[in-house]
Amino acid sequence: MHISEGVLSPAVLAGGAALAAAGTALGLKKLDYEAIPRVALLSAAFFVATLIHVPVGPVGLHLVLNGLMGLLLGWPAFPAILIALFLQALLFQFGGLTVLGVNTLTMAVPAVVCFYAYRGLLRRGGPGASVAAFACGATAILLSGLLVALALLFTGEAFLRVAQLVALAHLPVMIIEGIITLFVFLFLKKVRPEMLEGIYGTG
Amino acid sequence: MSLIREPFSEGDSLIHRLDPRGKVLVAGTFAVLVAVAASPRTAAAGLGLALLWLALAKLPPRRVAARLLVVNGFVVFLWLVLPLTYPGEVLWRWGWLAATREGLAAAGLITLKSNAILLGLIALAATVPIVDLGQALHRLRLPDKLCHLLLFTYRYLYVFEEEYQRLVTAMKIRGFRPRTDLHTYRSYAYLAAMLLVRSYDRSERVYQAMLCRGFRGRFYSLKEFSWQRRDRIFFTLSGLGLLGVAGVEWLLPLAARRLGAW
Repeated sequence: MHISEGVLSPAVLAGGAALAAAGTALGLKKLDYEAIPRVALLSAAFFVATLIHVPVGPVGLHLVLNGLMGLLLGWPAFPAILIALFLQALLFQFGGLTVLGVNTLTMAVPAVVCFYAYRGLLRRGGPGASVAAFACGATAILLSGLLVALALLFTGEAFLRVAQLVALAHLPVMIIEGIITLFVFLFLKKVRPEMLEGIYGTG
Repeated sequence: MSLIREPFSEGDSLIHRLDPRGKVLVAGTFAVLVAVAASPRTAAAGLGLALLWLALAKLPPRRVAARLLVVNGFVVFLWLVLPLTYPGEVLWRWGWLAATREGLAAAGLITLKSNAILLGLIALAATVPIVDLGQALHRLRLPDKLCHLLLFTYRYLYVFEEEYQRLVTAMKIRGFRPRTDLHTYRSYAYLAAMLLVRSYDRSERVYQAMLCRGFRGRFYSLKEFSWQRRDRIFFTLSGLGLLGVAGVEWLLPLAARRLGAW
């Protein structure tokens, strides 16, 4: 979930921006010029994924796919997510400029964490890899929800209830994202395994 | 019909003709200033400044209003939750629900700040076409790779969206109806994955074509940015406006305290 402009405290905004800048710098360092089109492609995918609405009972949730981004990209997921959020802020006014740092952190940190946490299992293949793919999608959303809640809590104790509700709202998304990430992983492994080279590579 | 458009970047108003670099700088400073403001007076002053820019940009008011309605979802959610959960003086009580004055004030302040920044960004940042923005950010010394990533991503958005529309049409023709079941989720996952595969292929072809035409990692723009008299005037006046907003936040309380001490 995006946090809007004007909600968070200056300290949280500044901290988020500084950490996001550090993460982006690291991601860019691991990215050579030839890889830019491929990362840009996933950045665009991340953007378009938010336009896909999946029905869950009476409501439609849009896909987030930050777990998948991590799975396919590793560290460069940081700049990729930053760019996607920046474009969303400019084209749709979702999120915003001053919260760009915090929003990037809440999406990109889980992506990178999941990449390193599940890479070993994913590489091994078999049923373990399927479980890991599901867990990768689900954990990324869970962590995102927790980070959003933390950002709100650091802004003020009074946001406690809001933070709890936001974190709760991520639970159904978690399961959907897990399922979607699992099927995308299986599909890519069968159809275009070279797109998964991030997992199998040494980087 | 494309879902991704830049409706605000088309136009011929004074704001549209300004140098993007100046606009980006002013918009960024404005957003930070209003975001750190703590008093509703400052937020209101910021809103006034943003409305002034918006009037100069001559954007279709209906479209701006529609955009604001959509992005205020989070703010509406805060209005529903904050007054009931914020600790403070109880204004009214209805059963076990109690709304506090502080909660309402907090929700009001956030609404003002959020919309002031949104309007400012619509007037100043969304009126710059993304391609020009990439160039402008590059001139403002953002990392090379990041600007490339921005321009490539923007280029691929349209590739992606076209592929997406084609695949959705194909699914509809085959009678796909979204429901809450595993079949639906699997279909959407395959849609997303197929989208990745096809766009991957297309992006490779685009990139190879670019290499064939001598792409050496540099984007050239036919549009030259020029810093003219109107840019200087706009920059100076906006700077004064920003100083005014900052004054409302930090100087006004100080002055009031001085007067009170007298």
